[in-house]
Amino acid sequence: MTAMRATRAPELIGPGPPRLLAGVSSAGAPSTLDEHLSVYGQLPPAGAIDLPALVDASGLRGLGGAGFPTATKLRAVASQRGRPFVVANGAEGEPISGKDKVLVRYLPHLVLDGAAAAAHALGAREAIVALSRADRDGIDALSAAIAERGGGLDKRVRLRAIAVPDGFVAGEETALVQFLNRGVAKPTFTPPLPFERGVGKAPTLVQNVETLAQLALIARFGPVWFRAVGTADEPGSALVTISGAVAEPGVYEVALGTPLRELVAQAGGVTEHVRAFLVGGFFGSWLGEREAADASLLEGDLRSRGARLGARAIVVLPTSACGICETARAMRYLADSSAGQCGPCVYGLDAIARSFERLAAQQSRDERKQLSRWIQQVRGRGACRHPDGAAAFATSALKVFARESELHLRGRCEGKRRVLPIPGIAA
Amino acid sequence: MKRVRVNPITCEGHGLCAELLPERIQLDEWGFPIVDREPVAGEAARHAARAVEACPTLALLLEAASDRSR
Repeated sequence: MTAMRATRAPELIGPGPPRLLAGVSSAGAPSTLDEHLSVYGQLPPAGAIDLPALVDASGLRGLGGAGFPTATKLRAVASQRGRPFVVANGAEGEPISGKDKVLVRYLPHLVLDGAAAAAHALGAREAIVALSRADRDGIDALSAAIAERGGGLDKRVRLRAIAVPDGFVAGEETALVQFLNRGVAKPTFTPPLPFERGVGKAPTLVQNVETLAQLALIARFGPVWFRAVGTADEPGSALVTISGAVAEPGVYEVALGTPLRELVAQAGGVTEHVRAFLVGGFFGSWLGEREAADASLLEGDLRSRGARLGARAIVVLPTSACGICETARAMRYLADSSAGQCGPCVYGLDAIARSFERLAAQQSRDERKQLSRWIQQVRGRGACRHPDGAAAFATSALKVFARESELHLRGRCEGKRRVLPIPGIAA
Repeated sequence: MKRVRVNPITCEGHGLCAELLPERIQLDEWGFPIVDREPVAGEAARHAARAVEACPTLALLLEAASDRSR
């Protein structure tokens, strides 16, 4: 007979797939506090768990696009002197991503739980959830949820929703911090980074709202539950936004490592022949239809194909649309989205966008060499990563749409349909 | 060892740095510096210090080559 010996607390049983989205009510309304608690249960009391250790063991990484390990960021903030501050970043400026808006709109309490749990773990007394001004549904849902809690589930952390200016760059973390400090939604020169000196000079944790929602589940159900889906290197599930030539565009929760074609099938399948996929948003990369055929939703897999998963925004580009024309529109948007502070970004991105516009309009002699040089030249020369992201996108376009650009130089274009949603411009 | 870095927000593209430190700085077609992050030593270090001092917007910085900033 062997004696049974418990070596660790048993893992709680969390929701099965969907996990993060388990609490979305079928009525299409934000979940109330009662509904929220009936699906996910109570957050454990702050003193009962070692949150950084749970997050570390879970392998959670930032879901806003950069993929930085969340436990490292938590510890970096905790290691600074002074009482920390928490910012939940829901200012999703990426035009082809909708996952943060969906999360805040339908599951405001899960986002608030994550912000509160992080604040408790760090000893912060205040947490702000930053949302885009245009996101009225999100602001309403979050404000109602905060009111429902009477300011916080326990009174030690004050929770607030703040509307920030719209725009691609406003959600960049130093821009967010500068907006909260001085009302200017533009990136700042670093260091100091927000974890060193952020809101009101306090060490500041800036985390994407989806990361915090995952953190709220890890606090409840633990790392073994979190790792039950996904791969060893990239564990867990994540939200994906898919649009373009699919029958049911929208936000889906997938286990990391899900094949791209499975996601497409989940989104109702393709509605036309596919030319390419845009993966990772406007800072991401184009992937040709063939390169994408056996791709999986993993940063590692996509990097090996010269792309990146980023914030998991995917557009299916049909053959009725032209990759060069679509890239020209997106590059113009990226150039116009520059905060206008850094010369290389202001002039470089504009030059790159103009060059793509000439190529798209078939007015161009072959200036691709100069275009490639400009693209190389803007990398790393802004205060933030805006020029780097735009350069990665432009580079992938020249590679994946090499045949289309040859056709354009000979005065031919294969498709006039517009698919990418560009704010302020009708498709 | 030190190396030069530019604060792209304060830089207005006056271009003096490229005159004073041609070893590490070139200008792009719009007059903004493209900085080689290779550490400076000897004469280049003296040129770098002079360029830092001459920048009208104080956008050119000398930092320890071990700094984590890009």
